Amino acid sequence: MTRYLLLEDGSIFEGESFGGKVKKEISEIVFNTGLTGYQEVISDPSYFNQMVVFTNPMIGNYGINRDDFEAIKPYMDGVICNNLEDYPSNFRSQLSLDEFLKRNDIPGLKNIDTRMLVLKIREHGSMKAIFVDNKEDIQHGFEIIKNSSYRHDHTLQVMTKRTYEIPSLGKRVVVMDFGCKLNIVQSLVKRGCSLIVVPGNTSYEEILSYSPDGILISNGPGDPKDNKEAIDNIAKLIETDIPIFGICLGHQLICLASKADTYKMKFGHRGANQPVVDLETGRTLITSQNHSYAVNESSLKDTDLEVSFINLNDKTIEGVKSKKYPVFSVQFHPEAAAGPHDANILWEKFMKMIDNKERY
Amino acid sequence: MAKRTDIKKIMVIGSGPIVIGQAAEFDYSGTQACLALKNEGYQVVLINSNPATIMTDTLIADKVYLEPLTLEAAKRVIYKERPDAILGTLGGQTGLNLTVELAKSGILKQFNVEILGTSLEAINKASDRELFKELMNKIDEPMAESFEIETIQEAISAANKIGYPVVVRPFYTLGGTGGGFAKNDQELTEIAKSGISVSPIHKCLVEKSLSGYKEIEYEVMRDNKDNAIVVCGMENVDPVGIHTGDSIVVAPLQTLTDRENQMLRDVSLKIIRALKICGGCNVQFALDPKSFKYYIIEVNPRVSRSSALASKATGYPIAEISAKLAVGLTLDEIINPITKVSYSCFEPSIDYVVIKYPRFPFDKFPLADRRLTTQMKATGEVMAIGTNFEEAFLKAVRSLENKVDSLELDEVKNLTIPELEKYLTDKDYQQMFAIAELIKRGIDIKHIHELTMIDIFFLQKIEHIVKLQNQVNKDNLNPTNLKIWKKYGLSDSYLARKLNIDQLKIEKYRKDNKIVPVYKMVDTCSGEFESKTPYYYSTYQVENESKPFNEKSIIVLGSGPIRIGQGVEFDYATVHCILTLKEAKYKAIVINNNPETVSTDFAISDKLYFEPLTIEDVMHVVELEKPLGVIVQFGGQTAINLADELVKRGVKILGSDLDAIDDASNRDRFEKLMEKIEIPTPKGASAFTYDQARQIANKIGFPCVIRPSYVLGGRAMQIVSNNEELELYMQTAIKEISHNSPVLIDKYILGKEVEIDAISDGKDVYIPGIMSQVEKAGVHSGDSTSIYPPSGLSQKVKDTIVNYTIKIGREFRLIGLFNIQFDVEKDTDKVYVIEVNPRSSRTIPYLSKATNTRMCKIATLAILGNSLAKQGYKSGLKEEIKDKYFVKHPSFSFSKIRSVDTTLGPEMKSTGESLGVDTSLNKAMAKAFLGTGVSLPLSSNVLITVADKDKSEVLEIAKRFFNIGYGIYATKGTAKFLKENGLIVSDARKVSDTSSNNVDVLELIRTKKVTYVVNTQFFEDDTSSKDGFLIRRVAWENGIFCMTCLDTVNALLDVLEEKSYSISPLKED
Repeated sequence: MTRYLLLEDGSIFEGESFGGKVKKEISEIVFNTGLTGYQEVISDPSYFNQMVVFTNPMIGNYGINRDDFEAIKPYMDGVICNNLEDYPSNFRSQLSLDEFLKRNDIPGLKNIDTRMLVLKIREHGSMKAIFVDNKEDIQHGFEIIKNSSYRHDHTLQVMTKRTYEIPSLGKRVVVMDFGCKLNIVQSLVKRGCSLIVVPGNTSYEEILSYSPDGILISNGPGDPKDNKEAIDNIAKLIETDIPIFGICLGHQLICLASKADTYKMKFGHRGANQPVVDLETGRTLITSQNHSYAVNESSLKDTDLEVSFINLNDKTIEGVKSKKYPVFSVQFHPEAAAGPHDANILWEKFMKMIDNKERY
Repeated sequence: MAKRTDIKKIMVIGSGPIVIGQAAEFDYSGTQACLALKNEGYQVVLINSNPATIMTDTLIADKVYLEPLTLEAAKRVIYKERPDAILGTLGGQTGLNLTVELAKSGILKQFNVEILGTSLEAINKASDRELFKELMNKIDEPMAESFEIETIQEAISAANKIGYPVVVRPFYTLGGTGGGFAKNDQELTEIAKSGISVSPIHKCLVEKSLSGYKEIEYEVMRDNKDNAIVVCGMENVDPVGIHTGDSIVVAPLQTLTDRENQMLRDVSLKIIRALKICGGCNVQFALDPKSFKYYIIEVNPRVSRSSALASKATGYPIAEISAKLAVGLTLDEIINPITKVSYSCFEPSIDYVVIKYPRFPFDKFPLADRRLTTQMKATGEVMAIGTNFEEAFLKAVRSLENKVDSLELDEVKNLTIPELEKYLTDKDYQQMFAIAELIKRGIDIKHIHELTMIDIFFLQKIEHIVKLQNQVNKDNLNPTNLKIWKKYGLSDSYLARKLNIDQLKIEKYRKDNKIVPVYKMVDTCSGEFESKTPYYYSTYQVENESKPFNEKSIIVLGSGPIRIGQGVEFDYATVHCILTLKEAKYKAIVINNNPETVSTDFAISDKLYFEPLTIEDVMHVVELEKPLGVIVQFGGQTAINLADELVKRGVKILGSDLDAIDDASNRDRFEKLMEKIEIPTPKGASAFTYDQARQIANKIGFPCVIRPSYVLGGRAMQIVSNNEELELYMQTAIKEISHNSPVLIDKYILGKEVEIDAISDGKDVYIPGIMSQVEKAGVHSGDSTSIYPPSGLSQKVKDTIVNYTIKIGREFRLIGLFNIQFDVEKDTDKVYVIEVNPRSSRTIPYLSKATNTRMCKIATLAILGNSLAKQGYKSGLKEEIKDKYFVKHPSFSFSKIRSVDTTLGPEMKSTGESLGVDTSLNKAMAKAFLGTGVSLPLSSNVLITVADKDKSEVLEIAKRFFNIGYGIYATKGTAKFLKENGLIVSDARKVSDTSSNNVDVLELIRTKKVTYVVNTQFFEDDTSSKDGFLIRRVAWENGIFCMTCLDTVNALLDVLEEKSYSISPLKED
């Protein structure tokens, strides 16, 4: 079946549909350059309200398995690829990507020139986009694009609705969930932590009431500035001297709470090959990333924060640490999934901080 | 970290002559690395004996020593040049070994030469199986366990330690016979028993069986700051068991989830860090398809064939970056040369599918063992890029130039299903085509999977291609279907054949319906950064990224995969043509598909199209770029074969035109023209019946050379001197004579083979040099030892050769390079022209280097319309170099390909060559031998076993060996003859001779009692031919130099005699 992708700049891509039905609302179109890990990407809540173009021309090769999800259900808006592989082959594969997307009603578009689309996004930046299935709907589709603007409740849609506990005998970490990836939780569980996962907008008082040894501020979708309440809470939490680790959106929120500023990048970083320099050791880590927003370097000047990681290529801020409190955060994903494990060491840092109350 | 300033001069070790397993990829990486070092301001001193390479051009290194890669020669270069440092990780295993030897010899310490890049310790740890195992143990990484065993008890206890199933591999057996899989003690007892008995040293290896495991490779880089990255992960389509050089390889990884990928990535980086590699490194894994279990197969602590492939597949120049890391730079400070905006410390992402397909020499060696094993047999490879697997796969298949343009192979069409299945269980090199045929006949891919263990994912792709191929018929021909067929890589030529219409018609239909490919850029980053890399591949997508040049452009066709007869020499010529075009301010566009070469380095040309060299794929580029014309004369037979079809489509051929090419290539036209210009050619004709053969032989007169047109093994060509010999030969050697397989009979000219390469502008003909060959007519010129300046030619002969060459250049209207093979008759000095090749030849780099003439440059300029006169050259022979001799000696890869007869004949068998340069002919000859691994001991033994007809000639040879103190072993007939003539000879027993108690010839060879074997062929009876075959095989497999042409032996003796003292008693009056 024919399916059209309409973009904010007026372009139309005609391809074939797969997966679920088209949505009536706009999405943001972005691309991911990872060579493996489409299952993790598709189930990553940070892709909420986004359509993802996979630059790898063959997607679906190894199917979908039970274990490699980053959330219990996918929140993204659409999968765009060149070749969809219908006959997956891998010992863990349980169903095809197409079947999975059908079950979760996520629309897909295949057989389009994905490189052409990616170059367009690179030129114009991320754009508003929409799928339509009928030629007659194209006009209307463009009208929707023109008349809609991005929503501002991203994190509310994906964060846990209620607090839950993953108990163990280890250190207690409160995870502020803004759309937290499962691997972040698993990374802490692996290190013996006892977790209390709270909705990201949980109040400062409630978080403190759990007497955490450490706080993790998770990744999540959308503009960090949409989370005003959380930013205020985090500002107060920083001052408690409880060790805090922020990842991705969590990093941006810590920076905003520290009175630094964020901005929207042209098309962000999404993939598994972003080189990030650890300014402390001088070494470069290859990292997994997924973000549209970044912290403005000059805005850090009058804050307690200093830069700890930068992107080797475009020199954007990839991590900060507090000069005053046991607080640090990174723009990339130390929990990987999908992507390289180079940044795993940060978990050890966080654990050490909790154990010794060391400054990072 | 900053670049080292304490070192100024760096010595680089090349990889020497091309052999299977060590080919053009080291020219590519070596060239790139030398240039990188030069660009960083270092002085580069290169030692490499391979003249056919770009690397050994004076443009690439500051000083080039074309010396054998022996300890002796390398020491001399170090002594003379006093380099501050040495870089040995760019010259393959040869380079590594020599570096290790140099270090051991103490000379590096003596002259304070530092080893750059990966340390010696790391090299040792990675290369020595035991040390590597130890290290893997230490870092807790698994290797497949193996034990050497000599008894059945040992085998069983080893298997119990390892766990079943196991593989038993007997040491030193022909074709790996006697080994096999065992699933339990009982099976093992049987297999071990036979294995121990067939192994000449009665030893086997018992190893964990990883059969059916996926073979996965990672190309990794590390710098001295401990930054480490993966450049590319690659998946072998063939599971573990076939050498990765012989496997079809795909990138990116296809059947691995991110979890498996990251697991293996972690291990790769852990290993490269544990080894403290500085530069590139290749890590190979066996991965269980049913779990996360994996084993490390091996690690190559250097650039390799895989790194060349990974560089071309991703655009990331591993060798260049490795060289920079070696001089102290780090990954995070080297700009990515592709994007020019990002850094080299990142992992490339690719948005296409790359397939590497190996090119095998079995078309040249029809009797060779075609089963693929852990011993590499491919001489070269092609790479293809597409948007889907099918497209890339079919592009790769048609790049091979195996006369296949689809998955339909004639050879397998009429086989039964069991016969086809045997291709699969044998791992025949054509198994993919057998798989396609089986699928076509309705065999379930699950069954094929069970037989091959090839992942279902790949089998489905093959199935899809078969399905599409089956769809092709006239009723289905419509734009919608055609679009799909093209998208998945079906070629126009296949469609035309299947639809039974002219290819030009299908082309027109396709173009009328606007079904044409677009070109996408290879940019290392899947489009994330804007790049300006002039590196493209075609695909049936929407947006074209390759903008044609506004300036005048010219397309140069490359030479495709490296194979016997068409090696790296043609890449050398291609590259020089490109460089000259650029100098002359034309935009040089190259089309080629060989990932191992310099010409496919995107930094060489103005634009690189990585495409199959078929008329369809070339025309797509021509139609987009609209060049002034296409140059076909540098890319060997591959390129020149396209001339006809290009002209048919109105494309201008620059240089010698189609008419001239046809005059030289078409036998009838050739002979007519030669007759007209009164240049003698040897008489000859094809016989289609026995009677005809006899008539022809008697008409042209004895002696004549007789050979089947289809050469089987080495027993094909024979020189017969009378009717009886002719009869005997016809009865024993010719199995079949018919219209399809005629016998060729040519007048045999006993004399010297001579060769020239010349440049013509249509008016003047400039001849840089004449080369003479050591071996008589009958041995392919590519397998001959060649000498410049020529030896033993009178001035008159030289004048005739020059005269003929100029005449041919003019009369054939040749523009550019051409090559002529001559025969100079022994007693009459009459010069015959054997053939004219209107193109660059195998000897171009050799002659260019020997005569210090940039032949390809002069030729390219002539092609562009700059007359030789304008360039300052006159018709005639360049003044011969007087103070130096240049000898080119072939190198063979016989030890790698089982069952090939090593007797030299009219079919070329060598894979590479080595050059010896010195002030006397014998010294140069000695170096040429040394360069190909022939040792020249002052005293040793020789085994002589020759055919009756050669006995008188061999007497002289035996005497010469005797006189320099060599012990002589000979088999029965030869020994008897030599003894009768007064020589002291030890008897050796042939395999077939069970009656005597003399030492077995094969034992003599295996125990290396002899340094040389002199063996000529018996065609008289089958037993001696089998004996001879075994002797030659065992000699090559044990690294003993076996000569089958007595001229070679004489040349060798000249060298040995000059090295030895002679002794003689005082003469009494």
